[in-house]
Amino acid sequence: MKNDSVKKVVATGIGAALFFVLARFVAIPSGIPNTNIALQYGVQSVFAVLYGPVVGCLSGFIGHVLTDITWGEVWWSWAFGTAVYGLIVGVFSKRINIQSGNFGKTEIITFVIANAIANVIAWPVVAAVGDMIIYKEPANLVIAQLAVAAAADFVCAVVIGGLLLFGYSKTIAKTGSLDRE
Amino acid sequence: MMSNTPIISFKDFSFQYNAQKQPTLKHLNLDIYPGEKILICGASGSGKSTIGNCINGLIPFSYMGKIEGSLTVDGIETKDSSIFELSTRVGTVLQDPDGQFVGLTVGEDIAFALENDCVEQKQMIEETFLSAQKVDIHRHLDHAPYDLSGGQKQRVSMAGVLVDKVKILLFDEPLANLDPATGKSAIELIDKIQKESNTTVIIIEHRIEDVLWEKIDRIILLDDGCIISDSTPQQLLTGPLLVEYGIREPLYLTALKYTGVDVSKVEGIDNIKTVRLTEEDKAAVRKWFSMQPKPVLINDNDVILETRNLDFGYTENTQILFDVSLKIQKGEMLAIVGRNGAGKSTLCKLVCGFENPQSGKIFYANEDITDSSIRQRAAHIGYVMQNPNQMISQSMIFDEVAMGLKKSGLSEEQIKERVYQTLKICGLYEFRNWPISALSFGQKKRVTIASILVMGPDIIILDEPTAGQDFRHYTEIMEFLSQLNEQGITVIIVTHDMHLMLEYTNRALVFLDGRLMRDDSGSSVLCNPELINRAALKETSLFAIANMCGIDDPVAFVDCFIAYEKKERSHAE
Amino acid sequence: MQNRVLNYIPRDSFIHRLSGTTKFIIFLSFSFLCGLSFDTRVLLVLLALSVIGFILSKIKLKEVKVMSTFLVVFVTLNFILLFIFNPEYGPEMYNSRTVLFHIGGKYYITLEQLFYQFNIVLKYIIGFPIAILFVSTTNPSEFAASLSSLGVPYRISYSVSLALRYIPDIQKDYHEISQSQEARGVALGKDVKFFERIGNAIKILLPLVLTSLERIDAISNSMQLRSFGKNKTRTWYVKKKMTTADYCVIAFCIVMFIVGMIVTNQGGNNIYNPFV
Ligand SMILES: Nc1ncnc2c1ncn2[C@@H]1O[C@H](COP(=O)(O)OP(=O)(O)OP(=O)(O)O)[C@@H](O)[C@H]1O
Ligand SMILES: Nc1ncnc2c1ncn2[C@@H]1O[C@H](COP(=O)(O)OP(=O)(O)OP(=O)(O)O)[C@@H](O)[C@H]1O
Ligand SMILES: [Mg+2]
Ligand SMILES: [Mg+2]
Repeated sequence: MKNDSVKKVVATGIGAALFFVLARFVAIPSGIPNTNIALQYGVQSVFAVLYGPVVGCLSGFIGHVLTDITWGEVWWSWAFGTAVYGLIVGVFSKRINIQSGNFGKTEIITFVIANAIANVIAWPVVAAVGDMIIYKEPANLVIAQLAVAAAADFVCAVVIGGLLLFGYSKTIAKTGSLDRE
Repeated sequence: MMSNTPIISFKDFSFQYNAQKQPTLKHLNLDIYPGEKILICGASGSGKSTIGNCINGLIPFSYMGKIEGSLTVDGIETKDSSIFELSTRVGTVLQDPDGQFVGLTVGEDIAFALENDCVEQKQMIEETFLSAQKVDIHRHLDHAPYDLSGGQKQRVSMAGVLVDKVKILLFDEPLANLDPATGKSAIELIDKIQKESNTTVIIIEHRIEDVLWEKIDRIILLDDGCIISDSTPQQLLTGPLLVEYGIREPLYLTALKYTGVDVSKVEGIDNIKTVRLTEEDKAAVRKWFSMQPKPVLINDNDVILETRNLDFGYTENTQILFDVSLKIQKGEMLAIVGRNGAGKSTLCKLVCGFENPQSGKIFYANEDITDSSIRQRAAHIGYVMQNPNQMISQSMIFDEVAMGLKKSGLSEEQIKERVYQTLKICGLYEFRNWPISALSFGQKKRVTIASILVMGPDIIILDEPTAGQDFRHYTEIMEFLSQLNEQGITVIIVTHDMHLMLEYTNRALVFLDGRLMRDDSGSSVLCNPELINRAALKETSLFAIANMCGIDDPVAFVDCFIAYEKKERSHAE
Repeated sequence: MQNRVLNYIPRDSFIHRLSGTTKFIIFLSFSFLCGLSFDTRVLLVLLALSVIGFILSKIKLKEVKVMSTFLVVFVTLNFILLFIFNPEYGPEMYNSRTVLFHIGGKYYITLEQLFYQFNIVLKYIIGFPIAILFVSTTNPSEFAASLSSLGVPYRISYSVSLALRYIPDIQKDYHEISQSQEARGVALGKDVKFFERIGNAIKILLPLVLTSLERIDAISNSMQLRSFGKNKTRTWYVKKKMTTADYCVIAFCIVMFIVGMIVTNQGGNNIYNPFV
């Protein structure tokens, strides 16, 4: 559908802008010293579920590269990790039919599984291989860093993304039979 | 000038959104001829934007739904066409200036349609410049959107559709976010463009007095998807329909009706510039005025909020507020007005602690709060943002309103009681278990006001509470705020609506380029042509009437009118 | 006027005059060669070239102070981490072990480890002038046009442009939403309990996401009404003409990339090993 494709272009742009703003300017301490809650992955997963794999992948990738570039250094391996993460969550979007206003048990389980798979492939696989090729960093350091990243992002994305999707699903809930009391 | 073949023709046209049970447009029959200038008005939800979207092709190509009957635009049956084919004929300017400014600079945004049409760069630059010149924005081609005022952004949107050499220009609420003077020049600009190129112009707007500043050929009145009336402004204004369908009539018209002038006999009644009153009429107005009791407004309550010599800028190099000192008394209802970008919202943010002044002090009830936190100030001063969707984070009304009390140390029971009490005040009690998504825009607005009120502030600040609302909702919100005010809450309203300022507030603070320029009653402000000019306000048509009738104290005349109108309204209830 | 998102610093220099497309090619060829090569000689040449480019651009180091501080901190941190996690990685990689001195436990300082870490630092440092050069000298308005002339579909290129356009708006939204929620007791600081902090983050993010979705609808309507997506291609209002200088620089980048890769892979792998 023509209309859909323009909407996806815009969603990619706005998704990337959100990713950028959250990654660059918003620091919510996670409790672990010097690490912040990665809100941007929660929002990226929401966009992946709402608009599908292409938007999920590109909005994250563009947002990530733009964020990195303002720091003066692009971590390509991690940027590709972000892209793959959005892609995989997006692949599951067909199974999470949020537009009907449902975000119940099956949808939540699908969302959690999607995130688990996506995080495992994105970080300990894609980004790790990237780091080992580019920087020839020792495997134990890379895996340690990325396992932590994967676990943290999994938690952030599932909790933040899940709650956001839940909130969103409430706004499209059909009014049904509402009585004034 | 008018040819006999309509450029837009609805024939027994109905449209039903897929998501709706009922059709939104019902059996419309409407012909619009080339070169005509049409105003469409009607209550919120009556289907005005839907008509617009049918003409520009968003319906049915972007919003899905069922069409019956026929609609032809420039000879093309829209449902067999495409949005691209239609967009070269119909240029649409929407309300939200940021949503349609998609380019990174003015030039890019104007050229957007040409880029999509694969026009050569050289030709594109020439055409962009020409369109920019038509709306007088050609000196800003390399500016980014954040360096432009609301009015300039709108000019960019206009230039952006003019590059396509469209035959039809469609404006959906072009005035909603503009200051009065900018709104006036927008209307003048639309008129100029229409005359130069003989395009057909369709304007959708709630503020009909402002649109009628330039000549309009026909007004279509819409209600619930049906055309109620299709007539000249003269006919509609002098008839009963406007009042009946809850549309705000021009102020001067209301005033003349109050004074007993038979408006249907007045020449040129559709425009304040052309109104010709007979000597008899003038005498009637003077007589009415002399019989009115002169209202006296005094407020010598304690000062509740004071700022002293505030200076502020978002960045070091650009200062936004200069030396702002003002005093607000307890129980006042106050308007803050001024040009787009004058610093009105910024001042409110300083008062609420969202930003900190570079120098100067802020006092609440004689206590220095310049260094208090946002949360501490929120107990006394509440701030309601313009867009309710920016404030609502819960799905149920009760939770949303209760949110501000969660950390206040009250027990569950006390919270419940406070919330119910507030919901009752706001007329939302019966909806307390509804999801917020089921509410209309106006109701959502009230939820956000309730969520601030529940914290028990003495002062409540509202940023443009009525922008884009129809008259019924406008009245609903303003009456509600007046009630709050009567209960002793100080209400501060940032607004571009001069009628609101006159009708509901006892004092106006006029801002110009970050300085407090005048602190006076609304009626005195609006009867001061020099001030009006400098602060980008708009003279009230009541002032013109007073002058026309040779009344030497126009301010008193305006005050009398407002007092009379208040009385009428309370009678009506 | 400046776009404030990326640190674009308008100036008249050789680098500024190059077209965006050329700068993209410089950026990508340098980034990828630097990423793929572990050959110290290649890296040193890259460093020299990027420093020359940086000087040509007339950008001053103090204009990019924030970023350079960040780089120094990051490089130092990573330098230490690398050593702590695997002090024997260098010797293993270079098949040689020259102990300089013993710190204690399993930690020996070896020449090979130092050399390995030197290479890594080199890589980080090269990335910096290239990225800065790219961001500070390329007008963001040119981004989309340049991407598209590199063969990226224009719809994707345009999303980059949209992202740059709306970042300030969304940042403002975020700011305003979080302030108005703070007034209602929504705090995100360290003194708030973890789960409450998450809940509070949602109270800010949900309105932000919902208003962004509204924004998407408004923008895509207005883009469709101005024929976005009508044709298979589109032209660009802001697009610099390619000049001889552009073609020369592009040719240079391609040659550099190829030669760099050949030199790098000479010894069967991409490591330059001075120890054997
Ligand atoms: N995309 C949509 N899907 C379903 N229903 C819609 C849609 N857009 C509008 N409607 C419904 O159609 C009716 C008319 O809406 P429309 O936007 O045309 O009103 P309007 O006269 O422009 O009001 P306002 O003055 O508030 O802008 C409303 O009841 C609205 O709920
Ligand atoms: N967050 C911000 N950062 C930088 N500049 C800002 C910010 N917010 C507003 N400004 C600038 O400050 C000036 C005053 O803005 P403000 O929003 O206070 O105007 P206003 O009087 O409320 O205008 P309007 O009637 O259009 O709402 C404007 O020039 C605006 O561009
Ligand atoms: Mg409308
Ligand atoms: Mg404002």
